[in-house]
Amino acid sequence: MEQTVENKKVEFSEGAMAEIRRYISHYPEGRQKSAILPILHIAQAEFGGWVSPEVMDKVAEILDIQPIEVYEVATFYTMFNLKPVGKHVLEVCRTGPCMLRGSDQLIEHLENRLGCKVGETSADGNFTLKTVECLASCGTGPMLQVREKFYENLDPASADQMLEDLKALTVRKPWEENY
Amino acid sequence: MGRKLLTEHINVEGIHTFDVYRKHGGYASVEKALKTMTPEEVVEEVKASGLRGRGGAGFPTGMKWSFLAKPEGKPRYLVCNADESEPGTFKDRYLMEKLPHLLIEGMITSSFALGARTSYIYIRGELLYVLRILEKAIAEAYANGFLGENILGSGYSLDLHVHPGGGAYICGEETALLESLEGKRGNPRNKPPFPAVWGLYGCPTVVNNVESIATVPWIVNNTAAEYAKIGVGRSAGTKLISAGGNINKPGVYEIELGVPVEEFIYSDEYCGGIWKGRDMKAVIAGGSSVPILPKDLILKTANGEDRLMTYESLSDGGFATGTMLGSGGFFVMDDQTCIVRHTWTLARFYHHESCGQCSPCREGTGWMEKVLHRIEHGHGHMHDIDLLVSVAKQIEGNTICPLGDAAAWPVAAAIRHFRDEFEWHVKHPQAATAPGAVFNKAESVLA
Repeated sequence: MEQTVENKKVEFSEGAMAEIRRYISHYPEGRQKSAILPILHIAQAEFGGWVSPEVMDKVAEILDIQPIEVYEVATFYTMFNLKPVGKHVLEVCRTGPCMLRGSDQLIEHLENRLGCKVGETSADGNFTLKTVECLASCGTGPMLQVREKFYENLDPASADQMLEDLKALTVRKPWEENY
Repeated sequence: MGRKLLTEHINVEGIHTFDVYRKHGGYASVEKALKTMTPEEVVEEVKASGLRGRGGAGFPTGMKWSFLAKPEGKPRYLVCNADESEPGTFKDRYLMEKLPHLLIEGMITSSFALGARTSYIYIRGELLYVLRILEKAIAEAYANGFLGENILGSGYSLDLHVHPGGGAYICGEETALLESLEGKRGNPRNKPPFPAVWGLYGCPTVVNNVESIATVPWIVNNTAAEYAKIGVGRSAGTKLISAGGNINKPGVYEIELGVPVEEFIYSDEYCGGIWKGRDMKAVIAGGSSVPILPKDLILKTANGEDRLMTYESLSDGGFATGTMLGSGGFFVMDDQTCIVRHTWTLARFYHHESCGQCSPCREGTGWMEKVLHRIEHGHGHMHDIDLLVSVAKQIEGNTICPLGDAAAWPVAAAIRHFRDEFEWHVKHPQAATAPGAVFNKAESVLA
């Protein structure tokens, strides 16, 4: 019962709930579980770029399914961060085609600039550096993704510029105005 | 200049909007199909066109459609596979981003042919920005009466939704995609039953690639006979090729099947040759899963014939000396590329993406990554090379879905064609791990 009390702390905003309801309406009656992935994306945008167990419990409650059904999905798909992250998560592609165009050098450059290794967050809390596998941007590598945006054809100068721009950026949620 | 069936208008200003798309002949296939054809006639047309699935497997699209079961009282579904994740492939993303209405038009015409009343586009989660482009375009199609109830007064109704994945290559496999669409982990299902009988929510379902569905409007508008005239033999029509790697002009090119590989790589109309004035070492022609070929074998078959961009020519010689057209993810490696390091990145990819359901794939991909890692980092043994071949062999054919094969082939092919480069890494670990070191055949012979 205590857990139920804890759960009440997680509340989606009205904008996020409207999105959630819209997605649930896409699936046949009784198949609302289909909306797990869309809702986890909404949850990650809503709660600082990661999903906590409490958030997953809330998703289960909304979908009227068991929490384990959400846990097993959230841990299977690599886009969901299960630990707190910096203000921006830099997801650098490093698979073969990007490697051919210099992703190793890009990762090294970012590690030096941010003063942290892959998997870590910079001391100022602005950036978490992650590597990911192929993002379907092979003709424009090396590249990385931050939330929904691709930064492509990066070299040291444009990567530095990107870091400056991101530091100054106000992060908006997809359902907010001016997104 | 080859004909452009899909991308003719792709650079027209505002083509992503309904009005501009419509002005350029958009949605004509919906009008033609719904007003003048029966669903069976549309299926027959696609069957007769010879269109083969553009996701990678190359299975005839019309035949896949004709397998769809039609039991009474059960809905049928069309699901578009927009989970484009095969390394080297980015054509579907380009098409959806620039021409969202072409995919939507194809979905409506194809759904009509299959008798689907609800259809889904399953797009990889990393492409949420493309999902928003598609959702905007779908809203426009609803507002203009091309989606929803009683489309164009035909009595046919259709709802179309976009569904994001969560970052899992395996969901490009159609049964894993359906599991994922049901809100589960992306573990592929055993087949049979095939999705045509037991698909989404246990109902008959067709899963087709973006490019395949986007080709349907042209076939319906211009007839199967016209389509079959383009290309070469069983490689009918055009194909979107994602060109990447060490070339001067990376990008997506729509080619008529049959263009010589040499022309595709070196002509300014396409890749524009190798960057930085270098020579070419190797090519992966159809996405990371297909066998790598060295320069001489990608340009000419073992019999000395010019290699063409067709399903048949690229696979000429089997895996011994040939490869596959696959998804059309075509990436070129220059003479400064370390094949060992490149193969290691691919092995790491498949290890990362294995769903973990079948032991040969779950364990084998991990071992291949580890062994390649130690060869690349100067700790390899000569017997590791045969160990890799042995592991690859034990994965191949022993898994529920083709990810196992897809993981085994690149490693086996790299060793088949570049064994000397692997041996050099083992024999000269210090030289091989020096910054920027690349195997040089001539020097290696002297050593």
